[in-house]
Amino acid sequence: MAATGLLVLMPLVALIGIAAEGDAEIWPHLIANVLPSSLRDTLALLTGVALVAGSMGITTAWLVTAHRFPGRDMLVWLLPLPLAVPTYITAYIYVEVFDAAGLVQMALRDATGWSRADYWFPEIRSLSGCILVMSAVLYPYVYIAARTMFLTQSASMMEVARTLGAGRFKLFRVIAIPLARPALAVGLSLALLEALNDIGASEYLGVRTLTVSVFTTWLNRGSLAGAAQIACVMLAFVIALILIERYGRRDRRYALSTKRPRVAQPVPLSGGRGWLAAVLCVMPVILGFFLPATFLLRETLRGGLVRQLDTTFLAHLTTTIGLSTVATLAALALAILLVSASRLTKIALTRSALFVAGLGYAVPGTVLAIGLMTPLIAFDNMVGTIWRNLTGQRIGLLLMGAAGGIILAYVIRFLPIATGALSAGFERVSPGLEDAARTLGANRRELIRRVQLPLLRPALASAALLVFVDCIKELPATLLLRPLNTETLATLVYGHAARGAFEDGSLAALVIVLVGLLPVIQLTRSAESRRKAAGTAST
Amino acid sequence: MKMKIARTLLLGATAAGLLAGSSLAAIAQELNLYTSREPGLIKPILDEFTKETGIKVNTVFVNNGLEERIRTEGENSPADVILTVDIGRLQAAKDLGVTQPVKLTALEETIPAAYRDPEGHWFGIALRGRVVYASKDRVKQDQITYEELADPKWKGKVCIRSGQHLYNISLFAAVIAHKGEEKAEEWLKGLKANLAKKPSGGDREQAKDILAGVCDIAIGNTYYVSLMRNGNNEEQKKWGEAIKVILPTFEGGGTHVNVSGLALAKNAPNKANAEKFMEYMVSDEAQRLHAEANSEYPVKAGIKIHPTIESFGQLKPDNVSIAEIAKLRKKASELVDKVGFDQ
Repeated sequence: MAATGLLVLMPLVALIGIAAEGDAEIWPHLIANVLPSSLRDTLALLTGVALVAGSMGITTAWLVTAHRFPGRDMLVWLLPLPLAVPTYITAYIYVEVFDAAGLVQMALRDATGWSRADYWFPEIRSLSGCILVMSAVLYPYVYIAARTMFLTQSASMMEVARTLGAGRFKLFRVIAIPLARPALAVGLSLALLEALNDIGASEYLGVRTLTVSVFTTWLNRGSLAGAAQIACVMLAFVIALILIERYGRRDRRYALSTKRPRVAQPVPLSGGRGWLAAVLCVMPVILGFFLPATFLLRETLRGGLVRQLDTTFLAHLTTTIGLSTVATLAALALAILLVSASRLTKIALTRSALFVAGLGYAVPGTVLAIGLMTPLIAFDNMVGTIWRNLTGQRIGLLLMGAAGGIILAYVIRFLPIATGALSAGFERVSPGLEDAARTLGANRRELIRRVQLPLLRPALASAALLVFVDCIKELPATLLLRPLNTETLATLVYGHAARGAFEDGSLAALVIVLVGLLPVIQLTRSAESRRKAAGTAST
Repeated sequence: MKMKIARTLLLGATAAGLLAGSSLAAIAQELNLYTSREPGLIKPILDEFTKETGIKVNTVFVNNGLEERIRTEGENSPADVILTVDIGRLQAAKDLGVTQPVKLTALEETIPAAYRDPEGHWFGIALRGRVVYASKDRVKQDQITYEELADPKWKGKVCIRSGQHLYNISLFAAVIAHKGEEKAEEWLKGLKANLAKKPSGGDREQAKDILAGVCDIAIGNTYYVSLMRNGNNEEQKKWGEAIKVILPTFEGGGTHVNVSGLALAKNAPNKANAEKFMEYMVSDEAQRLHAEANSEYPVKAGIKIHPTIESFGQLKPDNVSIAEIAKLRKKASELVDKVGFDQ
């Protein structure tokens, strides 16, 4: 347990170490010229994403759960799909489509004969453009959490409320929102941490967040220490977000009875209302999935699918899946240990390890990767020196040379996601079950294997999904830590984009999206089959 | 039980020994290239090098953090040669102590002194100009100075990528070198006041904005124009065709140029191969391939320039040395923040 805590702490300790190497020399400049605007932009971005992604996620989750309307059954499958599209890819595509010389405006000018000065069009390379792009990609975090919550909680309460004469909107306000609060807290804090951490999309769209300042300080003023100091300031944001999440979940015990939860019958929405609901739910899917996916498909076909699909590509695909699978399994195993221990013992150490895991998000991926590199390579160099003393030969770098660095980075980075999903799942398991098992003489291992794991299977599936997809998409740490001649799909896309030939990477980007889809669909399937089973049980 | 463990350990050690042995045997024919430049761009040159020498080139493409990675890897670092763009990064590599001096006649004879480190820590192998893209339709003039970019006559007509981008920082450092800090700040304010939109995107996007009519002139690197016009992306062709390139000059100076270059890594395990590679990179053939593939100006005299680049006219490089620019970059970056250039 302590080891897990240390593992997660490693890059943070290294980060603080780097920050301490420098002096406070950069701060007068930062305070006078940088922080006011970058703090403002960061806050505006986070607030915007919270509002837009939050309302997208919770509205759609409620509509498809509590109501029946045209296309609803399909939307249940479609709504989580944007999770499969990386934010930086979406940002790039949005510029290609909506920019002044993008497809839409070019078509508009061709059709009307106007020039750019003759009409108004929202600027995609802007703060609001960035909020739109990020919300379209990140709302599924809220949607998935909220829908799970609605599905397992609402039956009896909704029926009682309806019996007492509550209308549709009152139901949403009085039942749905308060019930969804923990889910909203979990989903939203994940979405916001992702937004805070992003560099690709915000830099490309011209939004100067704190993360962008970290890079400027490091690269243009040669001060990695100063950059690390700014990253430490960002810890404050992350701590605030985590505290909000904790506050959202306060004083709540969502213990279920041991019986299967009963699902409320969805209420049909007729006519215009039904269509309105359909439109409300289709919009996010179009924005977050169909638009980018169609664009990628178009580019891939135009560029000639066969040209891109060669043995090298398949090798990179295998690398990507292999690395992500190993990292996902490792992260899940650690998360089970962490969460199970924190539930059994409630000791402060594990609680704080969970907390620290979340802190990793404060740090931009590249800076985190630099922090991680130090201890990793120290280990490698130790082994290398021993080997050389024994044999007189150079062995090179063991962990870094064999992709161990990337896997560790993935585990450390995405452990909070796994633990978050698992502990949310745990909160709905009655502690009575574990108490009973222990009374009956189950030891720690039996308790995990025979009681907790079976109960957690759905939560495990969703944790695995989230971590796996995030590993596939991960760019900054992969880019920095991978060994020679090794590429993942994400670095491939980045490489092509870096030399301005994004279309050559469109197949890789498309495959990232498709691979990401598999687990998203799997998750929906297991959630839906549980719902069906519960529905049958209730009738 | 103990026997079993011992046997496993022995097996493991043997396997590790074999692995290490085999990789050592292979290392003799290898070269590890750490590059901040996408390897696809230089692949034809690497292939040709392998064909000629039988040395296999392993690459890892790392952008930000490349130098830190080599520093952290320390004496076991597999890095042999560092290939990167912009004087800022070459100097950063030297400052971080991840390079070692090289003394090779081929390099010193081919590369003009202005484009290599006096102590031999880095060598420029190709040049790029930071120039003005202007609308073919809307801009009549064919000459311009950098000073003029801050003239209010361009108000609302200029596009540029983030002021904190590497390329702009080096250009702004050159402005400081010419004008002094105070005048440079005024110039930067003037340029900022002329911007049609908040800085974003890359250099190509600025050409795209000119095509769209968002602005009339923009600042960008020379080779992008060739890559846009001669690439296989139909949209980018239109961006490239919408603009003409004006080689701007400083009053009493020339056009701001920057380098892409090489450095020998401090703990290069294949030093001999690395030196062979560095020599190869300034050979006629490599210089020609490089000019063809990347549309940069070859650093070696007498090598044919890419026709698109040649059409811009005769390049007259500025007289401020790039080593001096490297020194002023930090100041330039602070000025960008100070005038709120990216806001």
